[in-house]
Amino acid sequence: MNQVRNVVIIGSGPAGLTAAIYTARANLAPVVLEGEPSSTTDQPGGQLMLTTEVENYPGFVDGITGPELMATMRAQAARFGAELVVEKATRVDFSCRPFKIWADSDPEPTYQALSVIISTGARSLMLGLDAEERLMGRGLSTCATCDGFFHRGSHIAVVGGGDSAMEEALFLTKFAESVTVIHRRDQLRASKIMQERAFKNDKIRFLWNSRVVDLLGESALEGAVVKDVTSGATSTLDVTGLFVAIGHRPNTDLFRDVLDMDDAGYLVTRPGSTYTSVEGVFAAGDVQDHTYRQAVTAAGTGCMAAIDAERWLEAHGDAPDDIAETPTEW
Amino acid sequence: MAPITLTDASFDEEIGSADTAIIVDFWAEWCGPCKTIAPVLDEIAEEQAGKLRVGKVNVDDSPEVARRFEVMSIPTLIVFKDGQPKKRLVGAKGKGQLMSELSEFL
Repeated sequence: MNQVRNVVIIGSGPAGLTAAIYTARANLAPVVLEGEPSSTTDQPGGQLMLTTEVENYPGFVDGITGPELMATMRAQAARFGAELVVEKATRVDFSCRPFKIWADSDPEPTYQALSVIISTGARSLMLGLDAEERLMGRGLSTCATCDGFFHRGSHIAVVGGGDSAMEEALFLTKFAESVTVIHRRDQLRASKIMQERAFKNDKIRFLWNSRVVDLLGESALEGAVVKDVTSGATSTLDVTGLFVAIGHRPNTDLFRDVLDMDDAGYLVTRPGSTYTSVEGVFAAGDVQDHTYRQAVTAAGTGCMAAIDAERWLEAHGDAPDDIAETPTEW
Repeated sequence: MAPITLTDASFDEEIGSADTAIIVDFWAEWCGPCKTIAPVLDEIAEEQAGKLRVGKVNVDDSPEVARRFEVMSIPTLIVFKDGQPKKRLVGAKGKGQLMSELSEFL
């Protein structure tokens, strides 16, 4: 039987890696299940791996790219001895301690843990159209930073009205001839600064009160069928690229019927803490936050989860003898 | 065997003369998911030496090859055998999933 870990961290975005830094510095020898490579936000490093400039993470005067920020956090966690593995949790059993986590299809659990920190984040929502599978990577994209390059001089569109959609639209103007933002309401949800930047950009135009109802093209995207939600009329928008940024849903399928979650699938934590409905299991970052969803709030709750786990282990007499107390004052 | 760098200039010759299947990774420095699969491809190149080669096309440096194979999203992985494209995988994937996609060429 494999060794029982003090703490297993599932997920490697800002929440998971901050929890790793703190628990590693507390001599808890954490293991981080980073997840598996993918082209959605459900991948090692999380949502920031698909963003460009991060301008609001404190400490970087001139901004930093998402992937760079995550590489830095990862290196910092590794520096203190956190074990980082490119594996994805496939099943968990939290019914008794030690908790069991599988990262493969073996009958024996891959990891056993005295405590678990869940920081699996959220993934981008897709449109839910049949044509999506056919055209994914053939004009339809979940990653503007990956695929913008291939749309030089083209007419393309972004679906969504939040900060992510504005960021993608602005980024894509570097390549595209025009970027149409398709939004289902008559005003944006994005922050004021992002709205202003988008409105000021000559290459961006807006299609309000509109939803994408179908995609055209067999082996490459040729257009999007757009429905005006007020009049019900449909029209075709000639675009060869379509980028989807319509929001997120939490990555909590693994924890259904295991941990308490709200109607939208976010893990429920005890107010003011990272405690979930199972003693010894903590949640941090976007997986339990549908309000703020920032890199810095994820990192903040990751730190909280590490401290909660550490104190919980101590209180239950499970902590190793050389546990290092997290300083309460610096 | 380490992955080989393929360019607009060398692509046809390298693919034509390969005596095994070769999986070509279309990538770029600015693509996050490309970075996460790079170590996976390095491992596959080592482990499958003699059976499968790994080639890398940097789409910034070699836009012609990328255009010719209609790459519109990276990472895109195309498996070539006997000089012909046989399979195309779009998007980053974990090693397990990648190996099962590649099993027919091993």
